[in-house]
Amino acid sequence: MKDEPLILAFCCHYCAYAAADLAGSMRLQYPGNVRVLRLPCTGKLEVNFILAAFERGVDGVIVAGCLEGGCHFLEGNLRARRRVERTRELLAEIGLEPERLEMFNLSSAEGTRFAEIATTMVERVKSLGRSPFRPETKRIEQEIHEISRQAEEMLEGEKR
Amino acid sequence: MIVADRKKIHEIRDMVKEHHRVLLVGCGTCVTVCLAGGERETGILGSALRMALRLQGHGDVTVDECTIERQCEGAFIDLLAPRVSDYDAICSLGCGAGVQALAERFPKMPVYPGLNTQFMGILESQGVWTEKCSGCGNCRLGEFAGICPITRCAKRLFNGPCGGSQKGKCEVHPDLDCGWQLIYDRASNLRLLGRFERIVPPHDWSTGLDGGPRKVVREDQCIADLCSR
Repeated sequence: MKDEPLILAFCCHYCAYAAADLAGSMRLQYPGNVRVLRLPCTGKLEVNFILAAFERGVDGVIVAGCLEGGCHFLEGNLRARRRVERTRELLAEIGLEPERLEMFNLSSAEGTRFAEIATTMVERVKSLGRSPFRPETKRIEQEIHEISRQAEEMLEGEKR
Repeated sequence: MIVADRKKIHEIRDMVKEHHRVLLVGCGTCVTVCLAGGERETGILGSALRMALRLQGHGDVTVDECTIERQCEGAFIDLLAPRVSDYDAICSLGCGAGVQALAERFPKMPVYPGLNTQFMGILESQGVWTEKCSGCGNCRLGEFAGICPITRCAKRLFNGPCGGSQKGKCEVHPDLDCGWQLIYDRASNLRLLGRFERIVPPHDWSTGLDGGPRKVVREDQCIADLCSR
């Protein structure tokens, strides 16, 4: 795992998160480098979530939302796509490869596609090389654990 | 509302890279509403700037963020004062007035602009702002059916459109409405076209920026030196 890229996947609860779950149930093999972070909708995604991930040393970020026209909240995934495009421009301004960030659309029935997306992004990020912000692996695992904990806390807070 | 947008990251990076500790200061008023320099944008710039500095070998520069309610008012800037001594430079995400207000309040601290202040305008639709007022100091909207020829006409004409007005659009840009077409249409709807039969005299520009920085004083509201009078 030491030199393997680390990828963070912001997944919509209604599609990609379920697809990732399905990929597991189907016993599909895909690289173990992807850490899934559940969002209530990709429309919840903010530019600073993505930048925070890159700043902490994540090598690539996947944003996975519902198929266009199929958003549970009507247009959350369409808004997310614009934010992702804006963030890719910002990454280029910073000097980081915009290809490290990509948005995908899939349905909850597409476990196979989730596995394909994970494989594609891992291969792409491997060809780009390690993120220049990547700390030692142990620390980045702690950081991701911390991001997940904060995201869960945020979701719990919204439920209350 | 004052509308602004963010400077390019490399421009901000090059301004602050020689410092050791930089405080990004957002503003909670106009630039928050136009999504340029509020709390969220200050956080985004903070992340982006830290990464850009590290990529250029300036990873030792500390960049922190905070946002105050209003950068153009001393009472709010005072809340920032205890924190500022920990830094050796400020990058303001306020409008030009905010940047200068911080510079006046902290004379020994370099203050850099993080935004390009654009204009006074309105929110046309979500994410789109348009200029409506040039702040000329002598408002004549009443004479032009509520549409400003100084701001909305590229040539600032006072007596009807130029020859470049084509099908309601300005020759400067095909997406730009001809200001005089807008004035004519609205005056026509209001049955006010008769007022354009007389020649409008030249504008008095002495109230504008050409006379140097302007000041508005309301003596009845001034409380400085109240006891000594």
